[in-house]
Amino acid sequence: MNLALKDIRHGLFRFVLTCFGLGLLMTVVLAMIGIYNGLVSDALAVVKAPAADVWVVEAGTKGPFAEASSIPADTRDAVARMPGVAEAGAVNYQNVEAAHTGQTLRLYVIGYEPGRPGGPQAIAEGRGIGAGHFELVADRKTGLLPGETIRLGRDRFTVVGLVEGAMNSGGDPAVYVTLADAMALQTELDPAAQRVQTARGAVSVKSASVATIIARMSPGADVDLLTATVRQWKHLAAMTQVEQEELLLASVVDKARRQIGLFLGILLSVSAVVIALIIYTMTMEKLKQIATLKLIGAPDRAIVALIVQQALILGAAGWGIGLMLILTVKDYFPRRVVLEPFNVMVLAGIIAAVCLLSSALGVRAAMKVDPATALGS
Amino acid sequence: MALGDILIEVSNVAKHFGEGETRVDALRAVDLTVRAGEVIALLGPSGSGKTTLLNIIGCILAPSGGRVVLDGEPVFDGKWLRRDLRRLRLDKIGFIFQSHNLLPFLTAQENVAVVLDLAGRPTEEGRARARELLDYLEVGHRAMVKPALLSGGEAQRVAIARALANRPRIILADEPTAALDGARAGLVMDLMRKLAVEQEACIVTVTHDEKIFDRFDRLIYLRDGRLADA
Repeated sequence: MNLALKDIRHGLFRFVLTCFGLGLLMTVVLAMIGIYNGLVSDALAVVKAPAADVWVVEAGTKGPFAEASSIPADTRDAVARMPGVAEAGAVNYQNVEAAHTGQTLRLYVIGYEPGRPGGPQAIAEGRGIGAGHFELVADRKTGLLPGETIRLGRDRFTVVGLVEGAMNSGGDPAVYVTLADAMALQTELDPAAQRVQTARGAVSVKSASVATIIARMSPGADVDLLTATVRQWKHLAAMTQVEQEELLLASVVDKARRQIGLFLGILLSVSAVVIALIIYTMTMEKLKQIATLKLIGAPDRAIVALIVQQALILGAAGWGIGLMLILTVKDYFPRRVVLEPFNVMVLAGIIAAVCLLSSALGVRAAMKVDPATALGS
Repeated sequence: MALGDILIEVSNVAKHFGEGETRVDALRAVDLTVRAGEVIALLGPSGSGKTTLLNIIGCILAPSGGRVVLDGEPVFDGKWLRRDLRRLRLDKIGFIFQSHNLLPFLTAQENVAVVLDLAGRPTEEGRARARELLDYLEVGHRAMVKPALLSGGEAQRVAIARALANRPRIILADEPTAALDGARAGLVMDLMRKLAVEQEACIVTVTHDEKIFDRFDRLIYLRDGRLADA
């Protein structure tokens, strides 16, 4: 006879409500874990997308993500000719806001040279950029659809394809355009401003600079040798892919990551206290029954099983409900919520440990109960 | 009535609480012998030591001195002689409480069967024994009902069935009829006596209920922790 299950069935409605409450708490915990992972994943998405080996940027900067970087576009040819480099591409990054169907879209515009590194890795829908101008490939989160057009700066672009998971560290979805279009978007003035400049006699100078040169190495080539070689050029700096990723996490998203990490820690502590209180209260409410069980001769293991099994069932139900809820709503979050099976299992382990510790408090109280208390009225 | 073996033998048992100025002597050199088939009542004013004596016989409370033998087995002689007192209670002693103290999350049948379950007996055996006792006590038709839906009399009969489930030879009852009316109280005592005789058990009851005094073989008075003449 399983006393724990019998007791749960007796107060099923209350138990289910408690589990649901705990489940909501677990939803928040899982959401925070997912947001934390999403922040890191989003931050790295833009760095990982070009599958680069080396990032060549402006000397003295930690560009192009941690700091602004501007280098001549023709640096790409110099880098491409260096020993061990298989291919190189110039890339530009900038944020723009564009109106679309009555709403303002904040977009992360990536300008790249089609056929060279820097473009999208995989097209989820439609095709890649085929024309030299005014085509774009958008991340699905922009809400843009293939065939639609959107005005960026002075020009109207046609969406030809969609990608997934392309965004900057701020979570703004990316759009890919040609490098030429991106440079024009960055440097060309509004027509009215252009007219003012012309009237003043100013000469329009279009800077042919890009944010970075991305290089992919030939198999077996020495990445460190290339970066060391590039660094010898006084106007350039170079970072390996690993350095770029570490830099991004250490500088760009570090505070946000630590903020969420700390909040997650507090949330887990609060959850642990709540679980402990629930389990302890559940046990305290049963002290008279436990005294009766002890009086009629129930061994300690039967009483321990009653408390521990209920605690674990409560924890497992709360965890299950929390997981189900977060999986249901995670796609409605404005930023990505990334839940890895490992995180979910670690949380399960934490909850199990908290439940066991909390039930230990209950067990301690139960062991102290004098069976004689059952004799009173 | 022919009396059987000695089931309870309390010799020179004393119990005091506190020390020095706060010392209270709850029991002083109490001797008591109860045989199989006997139904006795412990009477006395509040604080006279009735419940303390009941708790000592039930191995819930350690005496300060003396000797206790239950069903031929010495269990206390200056110290407990058995470590597994709960197992001793499970095997030898049945308890009936003033408020029936049935487990609210179990049905009447499960409340009786749980004793056998805790003793490690097969589920089927527990179920069958529970049905047998509940039928005998005329509450078999309420076997699947939870305690909250039982009347006071029904609940008390289920509690009696639970006390008897493991066929204990010593049944300790603390005000078992306090919540029952006169007729129902008499009926409960008659049932307890009948079962005690059939199981060759003894019953020690703490009671103030004068309506049932005539149901006992002996009335034992306690006053200031000492046995007084009946």
